[in-house]
Amino acid sequence: MSVFWAICRQHMVLAWRGGHTTLAVAFLFIGVTLMPFGLGPELALLQALAPGLLWVVLIMALLTSLDRLFQADYEDGSLDQMMLMPLPLELVVLGKLLGHYMALVLPLLLAVPLAGLLLNLAPAHLPMLLLAMLAGSPALVLLGGIGASLAVSVRRGGLLTVLLSLPFYVPVMIFGAGASQQALAGEIDETRLAILALLSLASLLAAPVAIAAALRNAVR
Amino acid sequence: MTENTMAKPQKFFLPNAYPEPAFLKLESLACSRGLRLLFEGVSQTLKAGEALALYGANGSGKTSLLRQIAGFLPLAAGTISFGDTPPNAVHFIGHADGLKNALSVGETLALDAALWGAPDTTTDLLPLLGLQNRAWQKVADLSAGQRRRLALAKLCLAPRPLWLLDEPMTALDTAGQELIDTLAGAHLAAGGLIVASSHMPLAFATKEIVLGAPA
Repeated sequence: MSVFWAICRQHMVLAWRGGHTTLAVAFLFIGVTLMPFGLGPELALLQALAPGLLWVVLIMALLTSLDRLFQADYEDGSLDQMMLMPLPLELVVLGKLLGHYMALVLPLLLAVPLAGLLLNLAPAHLPMLLLAMLAGSPALVLLGGIGASLAVSVRRGGLLTVLLSLPFYVPVMIFGAGASQQALAGEIDETRLAILALLSLASLLAAPVAIAAALRNAVR
Repeated sequence: MTENTMAKPQKFFLPNAYPEPAFLKLESLACSRGLRLLFEGVSQTLKAGEALALYGANGSGKTSLLRQIAGFLPLAAGTISFGDTPPNAVHFIGHADGLKNALSVGETLALDAALWGAPDTTTDLLPLLGLQNRAWQKVADLSAGQRRRLALAKLCLAPRPLWLLDEPMTALDTAGQELIDTLAGAHLAAGGLIVASSHMPLAFATKEIVLGAPA
């Protein structure tokens, strides 16, 4: 088990030192700051669109970080070593995904309240929005990992990773933004939250196996 | 071999003996990359304490054979039998060293220990690898030979019966090559196995395979 946490810790340290955390959070803020310029300064309109916009920007920020998941390990030979570690490859992969979640998604979620403020979102709307993001974001990392692992042996595979992950993201996006929209009405959308959690749990079961298989194929 | 009086490492991390009697049996192996057949009919048997050297021109399939034994590459033909299944019984040290440039030498060793499920023995490992006083240096600033030495750490951290070394002497100075000879000697004395590719004769090798020039 300590091996699992070591993998998780290594990924977090490298994501932080490589500046990926800062880049993702900066991307989120840049996206949100530009919205009022594009949509006009009408406060009611911004508030009505805020949940959907925040989901889009969150997913875009996450997509930019996906090609860092396994690409560097493939290039520097760490992937070979991951195959031989005293832990099944599926769990090694899960450790890396957890590290990615903690190093990138959690800082993004922490930045969402401030970003929401820029879009005229009231503090009362935040709990529901964050709850939906918390329920859906594990699926984003897990499913994105599938795209990243499939494109790992392609040099400069970032665009391919994004294209491969995007179809997986659509259901999460639909239910996530839908649930968040209800936040504006002050309601708790239990159905959509349950579906988001289900998507996350299902991808938790499927993604490590799929990613490990793709990585085994990549080290050939 | 020059008789350099390098201080022999005081403490060895390698076990006195590996628990199970190890063996490695390669039977008429073949390997193809794309449509090309790299080699075929490669057979050899290693008993505990034996080391196999792979010689051959560039592109003759030395690395591919090592990756087949590690379980990375599928076999085009033949069988490999080994006492234990690859993931927990094999160390593979290839050209890509798997080191992270953003970490320091000390951090790398501490993290390596955790990754291989071993206790943190950084203070003992640094002098053994000839990297004393380098603990704070970034891996990115190391020379090719120093990176190579650092990559050897996992051999000492997690004792495993089969070592697969892809051109282990590359970029190493005389002392570094002696370090490999010393480590290999202790490993073989404990009943371990080594398969190593090389372009120069390996002192510790007891058997050899010469792979033919690419067809």
